[in-house]
Amino acid sequence: MEISALTIEGVREGLRRRAFSATELATEALRFAEAENPKTNAYLRFCPERALEAAGRVDEKIARGEDTGPLGGVPVAVKDVIVTKGLRTTCGSKLLANYIPPYDATAVQRLEAAGGVILGKANCDEFAMGSSNENSAFGPVRNPAALDRVPGGSSGGSAAITAQGTAVVALGSDTGGSVRQPASFCGVVGVTPTYGRVSRYGLVAFASSLDHIGPFGRCVRDAATLLGVIAGRDELDATSAEAPVPDYTAQLDGNVRGLRIGLPREYFNGLASETGDLIQAGVETLKKLGCQVKEISLPATDYAIACYYIICTAEASSNLARYDGVRYTFRSASSGALSDMYRNTRGEGFGAECKRRIMLGTYVLSAGYYDAYYLKAQKVRTLIARDFTNAFAEVDAIVTPVSPFPAFKLGEKLDDPLQMYLSDIYTITGDLAGIPCMSVPCGRTAAGLPVGMQILANHFDEARMFRLADAFERSYR
Amino acid sequence: MREMSTPTLELASAEAIARYEPVIGLEVHVQLATVTKIFCGCPTSFGAPPNTNVCPVCLGLPGALPVLSKDAVELAVKAALALNCQIRSQSRFARKNYFYPDLPKGYQISQYDEPLAEHGWVDIRIDGQTKRLGVTRVHMEDDAGKSIHDGFKDSDLYTYVDLNRCGTPLIEIVSEPDMRSADEAYAYLTELKQMLQFVEVSTCDMEKGHLRCDANVSVRPKGAANFGTKAEVKNVNSFRFVKIALEYEIARQVALIESGGEVAQETRLFNPDTGETVGMRSKEHAHDYRYFPEPDLAPLRISDAWLDQIRATLPELPAQKRQRFVESFGLRDYDAQVVTLTRATADYYETVAAVSGDARAAANWVMGELTGALNAEGKAIEESPVSARQLGELVALIRGGEISNKLAKEIFPKMLASGESAPAIMEREGLKQISDSGALEKIVDDAIAASPKQVEQYKSGKTAVLGYLVGQVMKASRGQANPGSVNELLRKKLC
Repeated sequence: MEISALTIEGVREGLRRRAFSATELATEALRFAEAENPKTNAYLRFCPERALEAAGRVDEKIARGEDTGPLGGVPVAVKDVIVTKGLRTTCGSKLLANYIPPYDATAVQRLEAAGGVILGKANCDEFAMGSSNENSAFGPVRNPAALDRVPGGSSGGSAAITAQGTAVVALGSDTGGSVRQPASFCGVVGVTPTYGRVSRYGLVAFASSLDHIGPFGRCVRDAATLLGVIAGRDELDATSAEAPVPDYTAQLDGNVRGLRIGLPREYFNGLASETGDLIQAGVETLKKLGCQVKEISLPATDYAIACYYIICTAEASSNLARYDGVRYTFRSASSGALSDMYRNTRGEGFGAECKRRIMLGTYVLSAGYYDAYYLKAQKVRTLIARDFTNAFAEVDAIVTPVSPFPAFKLGEKLDDPLQMYLSDIYTITGDLAGIPCMSVPCGRTAAGLPVGMQILANHFDEARMFRLADAFERSYR
Repeated sequence: MREMSTPTLELASAEAIARYEPVIGLEVHVQLATVTKIFCGCPTSFGAPPNTNVCPVCLGLPGALPVLSKDAVELAVKAALALNCQIRSQSRFARKNYFYPDLPKGYQISQYDEPLAEHGWVDIRIDGQTKRLGVTRVHMEDDAGKSIHDGFKDSDLYTYVDLNRCGTPLIEIVSEPDMRSADEAYAYLTELKQMLQFVEVSTCDMEKGHLRCDANVSVRPKGAANFGTKAEVKNVNSFRFVKIALEYEIARQVALIESGGEVAQETRLFNPDTGETVGMRSKEHAHDYRYFPEPDLAPLRISDAWLDQIRATLPELPAQKRQRFVESFGLRDYDAQVVTLTRATADYYETVAAVSGDARAAANWVMGELTGALNAEGKAIEESPVSARQLGELVALIRGGEISNKLAKEIFPKMLASGESAPAIMEREGLKQISDSGALEKIVDDAIAASPKQVEQYKSGKTAVLGYLVGQVMKASRGQANPGSVNELLRKKLC
């Protein structure tokens, strides 16, 4: 079995033909992943017992002639900001280095109930804050396509694992591009569903109004299958949506003739780069597939970065307050007075990026600044969402680049946070508007670096987004 | 206890205080009587072992999310309606951010600029007058846990934290600065507590911290238009302490102003041991709570239909009940007040009144014998060994002339002791009123024969002596004779 190229369909076929059992597959997948992992540092830890238990259940079902579920036997990696019962969940932070959650995230529960086999936890930027995976307290992740380059972030581990083939699919999380940007950098499919489509219960909060759990796959179909499993209303998340979940794979028929595609001019201005050329070529492909392409405008785009970094830092400053030295095992050795415990624990525990965002967020929520920053940012957010509403009155989907540039070298932007923030410039609007969006591979640069094309669709219109991405993907096969 | 012996601030004299008008507003936190917590399914029960009534949500574990309890909303709305508030069709939860070891999320989920309800009022009786006090707002929030600083062997080194209380549903009721004396504040709290217990929104058990109070107080020269600088007094956890704290604070502020000083805007802590307030933090060091809308919860929308549904569950409120008792039962104002002090008392009283058919006698029995007996045993009316129906039966026997009031007072303690009904005790002990005219006649004849002197007096026109003779007959009958019949019979025999 060619484990690094397996698809969900391939796993199902193999199990059906008895080419391998789920237990054999899990054993082999674990062996391969453990052998390959040192190259990228994409996994933070493996959970062989849990994986073999899950695989055993699948084999029992097969033996009883029962349906194994849509993910029956499929090896999965889970980003380490998604909690797993009894399995250490660190969020890439020193502060949670020894934290063992007593419960499973809803997405984890659902993917295991569907037969998925979790191999381990994926590395990521600390508390999902970063665009390069260099902010992990447990070392950076390397891009499997070019080991001296970053995999993107913050779900760099999940993207690298998917690209490396050390799992078939993976769960990541996206707040400002943390699924799509690493998917683009690593050359895999990454999906940010509609806000509320997937329960956030068990996703450790960074910026609650922007956080999404999203799937990675080596093909659109796999990502769509995984989303179908984890999507849907959850009583434990008050912001999860009631809307029914369609069968996302049923509509992957390659037919996108007549689909209206919008190209927002604000996203293409000055994009005179290899990335730009690849996206333009992608657009030509869409035209050949019969899509109607037209230029549109999303005028509030210019304010998106400022708006995003006010809202996400404000929420982060509150969400990260709980790591105060009282719980979760990490406490500074200099914790004499209560205020010392807080200051020193947080000072020693958080990395530079988290501290930067906590300070920014604390500032924008402070008395006297709230109206000027947070409130205004919320208004801008409304304008950005309105731009998309207007656009989707005219087009069925919007196509843009995912990132202005392909994977950069490790350390290259580490000392320039502003440059780092700008790598989110095309992805944050989708999160701010709460619409579904994804990255689908769109070729490679001359140096062999993957580039992703972003597709955005209207609220809860994932099915159409997947159909377009799948048709596009087929044209490359 | 150095603080206690240190000479403290010279307080203002009564004459000085009389030249000033205090301005008081209260913030009252009330625990809602829900079975489960506000954002999770954990029980709210009191007294469980530390850190056992908890789950990922109320522990604020990474990744856990709040889901608003419908029960908590309905109780909060009920409270707001009872306080005559307008309920907002949309309100919003907000995070109040601060660090404290017993606050595991690092923020409290409260409401800020869009509270559940606003613009209410409470009527109090003060000096025989009714005064209306404004209620600014009622909002919902979750409670924090408890830090335990004492009582452990290593309490000098450690503070222990119990998170059982985390996520307990609270409402905060903020009054307008409408109170002008500590007595008015006391009356407001009493009325508030009675109201909330009546609508069964809270047990208001202060010992369990179900009702907690912070007071904002300032003073100004009588007749001044503007408010003075206020201090917020925290940690006043009984109504009596509220009065003591306010009186102290008023005297302190007047003394400050009288001596040419200024009142500082600050938070002060009440010390129940000394009855004094002590500065805790100044305005400059006030917390900046960095409120912002809670992104984990959608805005709370309360439709007209839902509101009507909740309104329909509201019982008759104390004020309405009092009025009805006065108007249709003929109770005196004071009696109506007493029998409506709690919902349980009012319910008990109404049953006694209905069963006995004598509303005023029912009130006397509830306020007199029953209350006396319960107080003696330290029992609440809900725990009364004599049910309202049983007491009603007893009063009915008096009303029907079957027993005298005196006999009833002998029967009542037996009911208390055994839980038996009045008719059963009467039957068993042969206490039934002597209605056999032959038997009664004999006792009367005996009494006449035994009191020749009094008979003489009566016959010579001193009719008042009849009472003595009735007494003799009653005594001889061990109270079982019907005093009316005895009267009648004696008169007949003596003429």
